[in-house]
This record gives sequence, structure tokens and C-alpha cells, in this order.
Amino acid sequence: MPQIRAVSFVLLFSLFLSACGGGNSETRVEAGNREGVLHFGNHSEPQGLDPHIVTGVPENHIILSLFEGLVSKNPYTLEVEPGVAESWEISEDGRVYTFHLRNNAKWSNGDPVTAEDFRWSWQRALSPILGSEYSYMYYGIVNAEAYNKGDMPDFSQVGVKVLDTLTLEVTLISPVPYFLQLTDHHSMYPIHRSSVESFGAADDRIAPWAREGSIVTNGAFVVTEWQVNSHVRVEKNPLYWDADKVKLNAIVFYPTENLVTEERMFRDGQLHRTEEIPLEKIATYRQEQPEVVAIAPWIGSYFYMINTTRHPLDDVRVRKALAMSIDRELVSETVIQGVHLPSTSLVPPGTLGYEPPKVFSYDPEQARALLAEAGYPNGEGFPGFELLYNTHEDHRKIAVALQQMWLENLNINVNLVNQEWKVYLDSHNNMNYDMSRRGWIGDFVDPYTFLNMYISEGGNNNTGFANARYDEIVLKEAPAELDRDKRYKLYREAETILLENMPILPVFTYQFKHLIQTSVKGMPTNIMDHYNYKYVSLEPQG
Amino acid sequence: MTESPDIENLAQAMPHGTSLWEDAVHRLRKNKLAMFGLCYLLILVLVCLITPWIAPYGYEEQNLRLGAVGPTAEHWLGTDTFGRDLLTRILYGGRISLLVGFIATFVALAIGVGYGAIAGYVGGRVDAIMMRLVDIIYALPYMIFIILLMVVFGRNLLLLFLAIGAVEWLVMARIVRGQIQSLRQQEYVEAALSLGLSPAALIIRHLIPNALGPVIVYTTLTIPNVMLLEAFLSFLGLGIQPPQSSWGVLISYGVETMEEFPWLLIFPGLALTVTLFALNFLGDGLRDALDPKASKD
Amino acid sequence: MWRFITFRILQSIPVILTVITVTFFLVRAAPGGPFDSEKAVNAQVKAALEARYQLDLPMHEQYLSYLSDLFAGDMGPSFYYPGRSVNDLIFQGLPITAELGLYALIFALLVGTLAGVFAALKPNTIQDYIPMSLAMIGICMPSFLLGPLLVLIFGIWLDIMPISGWGDTPGDKVLPSITLGAMYAAYIARLSRSGMLEIMNQDYIRTARAKGLPEHTVVIRHALRGGLLPVISYLGPAFAALLSGSFVVETVFQIPGLGRFYIQAAFNRDYTMILGTTVFLSTLIVVFNLLSDVLAAWLNPRLRYQFRQ
Repeated sequence: MPQIRAVSFVLLFSLFLSACGGGNSETRVEAGNREGVLHFGNHSEPQGLDPHIVTGVPENHIILSLFEGLVSKNPYTLEVEPGVAESWEISEDGRVYTFHLRNNAKWSNGDPVTAEDFRWSWQRALSPILGSEYSYMYYGIVNAEAYNKGDMPDFSQVGVKVLDTLTLEVTLISPVPYFLQLTDHHSMYPIHRSSVESFGAADDRIAPWAREGSIVTNGAFVVTEWQVNSHVRVEKNPLYWDADKVKLNAIVFYPTENLVTEERMFRDGQLHRTEEIPLEKIATYRQEQPEVVAIAPWIGSYFYMINTTRHPLDDVRVRKALAMSIDRELVSETVIQGVHLPSTSLVPPGTLGYEPPKVFSYDPEQARALLAEAGYPNGEGFPGFELLYNTHEDHRKIAVALQQMWLENLNINVNLVNQEWKVYLDSHNNMNYDMSRRGWIGDFVDPYTFLNMYISEGGNNNTGFANARYDEIVLKEAPAELDRDKRYKLYREAETILLENMPILPVFTYQFKHLIQTSVKGMPTNIMDHYNYKYVSLEPQG
Repeated sequence: MTESPDIENLAQAMPHGTSLWEDAVHRLRKNKLAMFGLCYLLILVLVCLITPWIAPYGYEEQNLRLGAVGPTAEHWLGTDTFGRDLLTRILYGGRISLLVGFIATFVALAIGVGYGAIAGYVGGRVDAIMMRLVDIIYALPYMIFIILLMVVFGRNLLLLFLAIGAVEWLVMARIVRGQIQSLRQQEYVEAALSLGLSPAALIIRHLIPNALGPVIVYTTLTIPNVMLLEAFLSFLGLGIQPPQSSWGVLISYGVETMEEFPWLLIFPGLALTVTLFALNFLGDGLRDALDPKASKD
Repeated sequence: MWRFITFRILQSIPVILTVITVTFFLVRAAPGGPFDSEKAVNAQVKAALEARYQLDLPMHEQYLSYLSDLFAGDMGPSFYYPGRSVNDLIFQGLPITAELGLYALIFALLVGTLAGVFAALKPNTIQDYIPMSLAMIGICMPSFLLGPLLVLIFGIWLDIMPISGWGDTPGDKVLPSITLGAMYAAYIARLSRSGMLEIMNQDYIRTARAKGLPEHTVVIRHALRGGLLPVISYLGPAFAALLSGSFVVETVFQIPGLGRFYIQAAFNRDYTMILGTTVFLSTLIVVFNLLSDVLAAWLNPRLRYQFRQ
């Protein structure tokens, strides 16, 4: 029937047209530039906003906008700047810090921020049953470790004292050169006691105080919207002591899990900044729009950890053979577009001037000799093993390339296994793996943050590596050494021990890769990929 | 009375009598789409079987310096970012996809036919209980459970077969039961039983073969569903794991880079879609052939 | 009629109970607890957490406790998002998935029935072949292939449609709805075509025509009601399929709906969230199946008796 055909056709077509939105209206980025709203691609949905509990990078990005610690960091130089503390003194022996808090620092509900807020917050963070995963950041403080492990229930014995309303005194066991940096870590941020306690015991992890509408914060922004899996919106806090310097009006964080979609959102003008760049697009961007590409060294290491209790990986010759038979240059150049840099050490070179030792290099001949020595000439009789990685396109690509290289250079078979994050972590904790991909981003700029992973009792070790001399250097000798060159010499000795034993197989030094619109000012790259939103402003593009 | 000569002529003039099967085959032959489907499938299965001998490149053979390039003389369908030949990967992928399709369907078939035949034959309370169980399982949101199963117990091929097969047997069981039920009431069944034929022999030698029609149709239509299901799971990262690749895995890789290297998406996508086409056309054709009055579903 | 409805409701209860029980124990068997994380957690903390979430109770006690909370309407706290309850999360994601499902269903019904009826009017002609071939493509092309293709063509090459999100940019609801609805449009097209064909050959249609009624009246007032019956029966299973289809579509288009929550929960080992979502979705499916059967029975009294057998 012609009538029906005509009617239905018209109906569908008009439906289609009406749904096809305005073609040339302003993009979200353009509107944001005008309104001072930064649209930030943040990779995944934050698990929570409790600064003492969260551990992920996406959570950190948001918390940096909401909270402020004793100090903050300059995003250009990573030098320490006054935060809640407007000045401080350090004693001669480097062990006692006296912080003078400013008198106009306020919580978002108007209450003043006091030294007692810090003391109480640090006590809460160190609570034995809260399970803050960063409590080790505090261990430089006298008795902090004992309190945290439940061995010493009296917090007044811990080296944190309130001298008066606005003065906080911290006593360390021995001088820690990077202690000020540490206080800018989210695990040492203050939280608002009465609002937290109104929801239940302070050390109850699942008390719902850290939610939009109820969370009380002391930073430059406050949470106004939080729709799970959709976005988190924070707006400028007029009560913040430095509000005059804050140029942004709001930031919206998007959980852009899929990096291919994230890149398209950027191209479509929906994001000012992306968390990642899909590898296939890097060459194009470098050629056509290099000004939006931000790829720079990141204080992080990409390596494979090895379960040294499992055969055939229990033989150090096998491990060394594996390390020497992968062409890191080639993989870096071709598979990952030069995004990560080849590395033969655990600690990234240049970490505050530290140069790691070079213990081996790419040498397939030597690798084959070692493998033969271990009893598998030309790969014969080699039982093979499983390489585990957490589910992610980049990790898969690298693993596939390496698997092939081992086959070609050593004639051995390696099986690839991937698990999603939680199961992957579980496998590590239970040492239920042969070899696994591992990444570690430093919590602060000092080689210690890497080297202390592999002390014998280290909760992050999980390889079976235990060396008394290594422990001695890392835990005792180096921290006691005040002279930086001498300390680095000790670190190099420790790292050499580590690399000679090869419980880890270094592959790359991380670089982060972001796309940033040119209208964003004040968001420079730095080695910690640290953000200080006070410096950020948006310029409407001409 | 002597026979009229007309009767003899008549006997010659009548067309040669055909059985049900011959009728069906005849109808199927006339259905062009179904024949296309059948030919395509036969060729596909053949090619996939001999793939290890005819594939131009190794399955894992990388050429990192080459990277991803479009179709050329050396690589008819192009390469992926590792420089691996796409044609080879599609052929090997086809082996896996077809394998999963056939095996999981076979599992479903075995369980379903057995279950349905017993329920249909025995009847009464046993039948009621068995079918109630089917109803309950049928109502469960199977997708959710399959995802859960794969996530909980890890991704291995065997589990995949079982999980998929465990879901698809239900309708098969229902169909077979219905068929067996109606057949059982026929007279020849009673006759056979009274002659001393055992129930098992009855089921196997008489009932099942006669119930085969709808079973064949449904099996042919289950295979594409299974392949889709496997592709779907692989796309979510739960099905086939690298380095093995099914078409579903190849498609999910292709989606990631579809803008730069569209051939990585188009060719595997085409392979899957056309194969599913062929299976569906064949299935439809079989259904029409075996029972032209059945309504399409 | 009421007997039928009550009977079907009673039938549904063991189904839902089975779902709850099976999921509960399945999830508990999974490796990778909710508290595994990159920086090792010490034993004392783990114990405290497990106590808080009742994971230290014996299994059957946990089960019973869960059941009693469930019947009070409380699906417990999420394991992954401290401070959020499962109810919270489900009711945040639900409206979005519901909207997506609704639009997809409308699309499928509209396009599907129109195409099917259209094709049935002139069987075995071009008018029949084209819609049916398109329908076949719809069935054979999975949503995770169709979605990206549509994005590639309309979102990137032609640049007229948004590529992700739901409700952020005008028009971003179109592609996901079409992607999700396409396969069901195809099935519905085939169903309605065959249903219409069957009806159109019936005597009462011939009578209506013989009476001199115009063709469109014949089709709309007489044929459609019977012809679309198979479509109505299909609605129940279609709904279930739509729900699971939404997982992929929500992932491809980054839509913050329940499907995506579910997949994340599975990967995050968020036990309570997995349980809650599964129970919730299953109940919805069961209810929808029930409604669809009731509707079909109301339209066709013959079916009612069939269920009694």
C-alpha cells in the first residue's frame, strides 16, 4: 500500500533527522575554554575518594583537586611549595620538622584546618585495621610502623605532636631527604574528623562519608556531581585560602576506559586531555599535530617479575638468557612506537640524578651459550613456562613480540596468559605464576621507592628473591648516608646485586602519553606526571 | 476379468514414487540460496582442514619492520601491526571458530537429543519433571551465567565448549521430546513393542531417525548461534585467548585499529558474516525442504 | 485466565531462587578476592575487612543472611566501591539501560514489523527479497561488528553522529539504539512476515476481500492481529536478549548502564554487585517473560490451553 510506505518512510526519516543533533554547535572543549571548565579523560571510574584508602592513578587525579597536604608541588620543577603549612623549619640533624600552618586554611564547610586535623588524620591513616596500603610512607616517623602494625597502641608515642593550634612537630627516626615530598602524597592528606565520624567509626573502610554531598575537603575544588561510570565534577571552592590564584572554575573527570574511544573524544573536541594515546595513532599525531602530543619520561619501570622458585626459572642462567635475548630497541621502535624507552635496570635512569649500573645488554649469542650451559642447548628439553600479563592491549602486544623473540633467538616456547587486574594481583600475592609483567610507578623521586620493593620481607616482592647484603644496603646503610653521591653509590651496589640475580627482567622505562589541547595552559609534563590544578588555565582558541 | 491394458500403461506413465528424504533433497536442490550456502560451507571446511599445508605464512610469523600494510601481492589480505599475514590468520581463525561451532553444537545435540528422547518416550511424571527442569534453566539469563563462568573459572577452550553447549541443548531437548511424543503414539510403535523390541532399541533404531528432520534443521541453525556466542565472548575478552585467534578475536583486534587499518576489521568481519549467512540459508532451506508448511521462526 | 496467571507466577519462583543460589555459590568459588591489590595488605587488615563484609562466616550462614537481607530489599554494600551500596549502583545504571533497551525495542518493532508486513504483501518478489536479505544481514552481523562499523561510517568518515556517551551530546542515543535493535528488527521482520503469510492465506481474509473491503483495511484490521501474534510471543525472549546485548553496546559506546556495571563487577570480583545485578536482571527477565506470555494468551485463547498440558 503506497500510503503506508509513504507514511512510514517519512516517519523514520524525520526521526533520524531529529536525532542527528545540531551539526555545528560549539564543542564541549570550546564551551569549556569559554567557561573555564577543564574536561579531563581519567581512564577509569574512581573506586572512592578517601585519600587514605585509594591507590590508583585516576583516584589520585581527582583527590589532588579536592585535598591539600602540608605542602604542594610546583608542576614545572616538582619543587616543594607551601600548602596548608605556610612555612617550616628542619632541625640541624634533619630529624625534626616543625610546620607552621596558615591561619586562613579552611575546610569546605567553613571550619578552620588545624594541626590537630593532621595529627588525627595521620593517626587514622596508620590505624592497624584500616588497611591503608600506603602506610609505609609514614614509617620514617618515630614509632609509626609499630603503631601501624598494632605493636604499640599508644599513638602519643608516635613522632607527631601538636605544639599549638597551628603548629605541628614531626620527628623522624633518621633523616629522610625526600620527607617533604612525601607529605604531598594523598596518604598523608588531612580529613575532616567530625564529618567522617558522623558516618561511623573512622577506621571503618566502608563508611560512606567520602561521597558527593557529604565529603568535606580542604582543597581548591569541591565535589558537586558524581555519577558512577559517567563523570565526577568538581567546582572551585571559594573558601580555599588561595582561591584568588585558581583560574579554573570547574573540572570534569571522565572514566574513559577505552583508549580508542578516548582518542576520538579528544578529536571530536570533547576532552581537553586524554590519559593515553592508542599506539597506532601516535605516528599520525606526531606528524600532523605534534603540539598536542605530550610524551615524556615517567618515573616508572616496566619489567617482568620472575618466580624464582619455579622450574626452569629457578636457574639464574636461564633468567639471564631470557633477559639477553630480547631486542628492546626493536620492540620499542616498532611495537610501541617509541613510547617507552628500552631499559636494562630497575630504577629509571635520571631519577634525581641517579645513573643505574649496566649489568647486561642484548646479546643473543651469549644468551644461547648460557641456556646451553643451563642444560638446554638450542632450547632442547626446555619445559617452557607461562608469561602472565594483565589484560590491556599494550601489554599483550609487547608480550606477543617477546614471545616470538624468545622462539627465534632461543628456540623455546612460552605460553601467554592474561588475567584481569584482580586475579592478576591475586596470582602475585600467592606466587601462583611463572613470569609476570609488572609495572611500578615511583611514589616519590628517589631510587629508594624502587629498590625497596625487593627486600626479603617486602610485601611487593613476590619473587622469592632474598639477599642479606641487599637488605642491609637498602634498609640500613643507604638511609643513614646523608651525602647523596655516597648514597647513590650504595644504591648502585644494591641494584647490581639485584640484576646479577635477575629476579626481575627489565624491559622499559615508562613514558606517559597524553593528548592535551593547546588551549590548556599550566599543565606541563613532569617526571611524576603530577598535576597542580592551581596553575591551570584555559585560553579560548582564536 | 482380465486387466485392462490401460492399467499397465498407467503404471508406466505415473512418476516414479519418492520417499520423504528424496522429496526433501529435491526441494533443497531447487533452493538456490541454500545450495550456495552448502557449497560455500563445504569449501570452507575443506580449506580450513588443509590450512596447515596451504597457508602461505606461519601463523605466528611476525615481521615487525613491515608493520601493518594493506593487501599486496605478498599478503593478499594485508598484515596486522606485527606484520602477520591476515589471510593466514583468518584461515587459522576459521579453524577455531568452526571447531567451536561444531563441537559445542555437537555437545548440545548429544545432551539435548538424549534428554528429549527419554522425556518424550517415558512421558508421565518423569517427563513433567524433566521438562520443568528445562523450563527453569531456560529462564535463567544464560549470557550472565556464561560470563560469570568464564570469569570465575578462567578461560579455557574446554570450558567454553561446555558452557555454550550447556546452554544450547535446551531447545533441542524440547524439539526432540515433542517429536518423540507424537511418534510414539503411532501404531507401528505398539506393533514393534508387542513383537518384543526393547525400548532402547526402539528409541535408537526407530524413533530418533524419524525425529531427525527438525533436529537437523535446528542443528544447522544452532551452529551460527554458537559461533556468534563465541565471537561475542572473545570480544569481551572471555573466549579464545591469544595466541590462538578465532574470528571473534580477530574482529575485536580489528575494531581497535579500524580507522588506520580498516582491512583488519573488514576481512575477518566478512568471513564471519558470510559464513553465518551460508549456515542460516542452509538451515532455512533444510527447514523448507523437510517441511514446507512449517512457519519460519 | 487468573488461574493461568497464578500458575505462571508460581512457576517463576523456583526459577528466581535457583538463580540466587547458583550465582551466590558460583561467585564465592571465584579466585581473586575483592581485597587483593597491588600493595600487599597485611593479615590483620584483611581479617578486619572480611569481618566487616561477613566473609568470615561459614558459607551457609552467609547465604541465609544474604537471603534475608534480599527479601528486605537490601542487596548489601558493594565490595569494590567502598561507601556505595549495590542498590545505589543498580538504580543509577538501570534507567540508562532501560532507556537504551526501550529505544532499541521500539526501533526493532517499528522497522521489523513494517519490513515484515511489507515483504509479506508481495511474497517472492523484489519487495520480499530486499527486506529479507537485509534481515538476514541483521541476524548474521553481530552487534560488536555493526556498532563499530556504524561509528566508522557515520561518526568518523561522515562525521554526523557522536561516537560515544549517552545524553552528553545531542543525537548520541541514535547509533547505540540502532546497533542494539538491529538484530531483533531482523528477527521480528522474519517473524511478522511468516505470521502474516500464514494469516493472509486463511479463509476469513479471502472473505473480507470478497466483501469488497479496501486492501489496507483488510491488512490492518484483520490480518495484523493474528499475523503479529508470533511477534508478541517473541517479545519475552527478545527482552532477555536485549539485556545481554546491551553489555556489548554499552561497552562499545561507553554508556554508563547496568550492562557495563555488570561486566566491571565481574572483572572486579565485586561479589555483592554481581549477585545483585544477576538477581535483579533475572527477575526482570522472568517477569517480562510472564507478561509476554500473558499478553500472547490474552490475544490467542488457544495458547492458554496449550500451557495446561
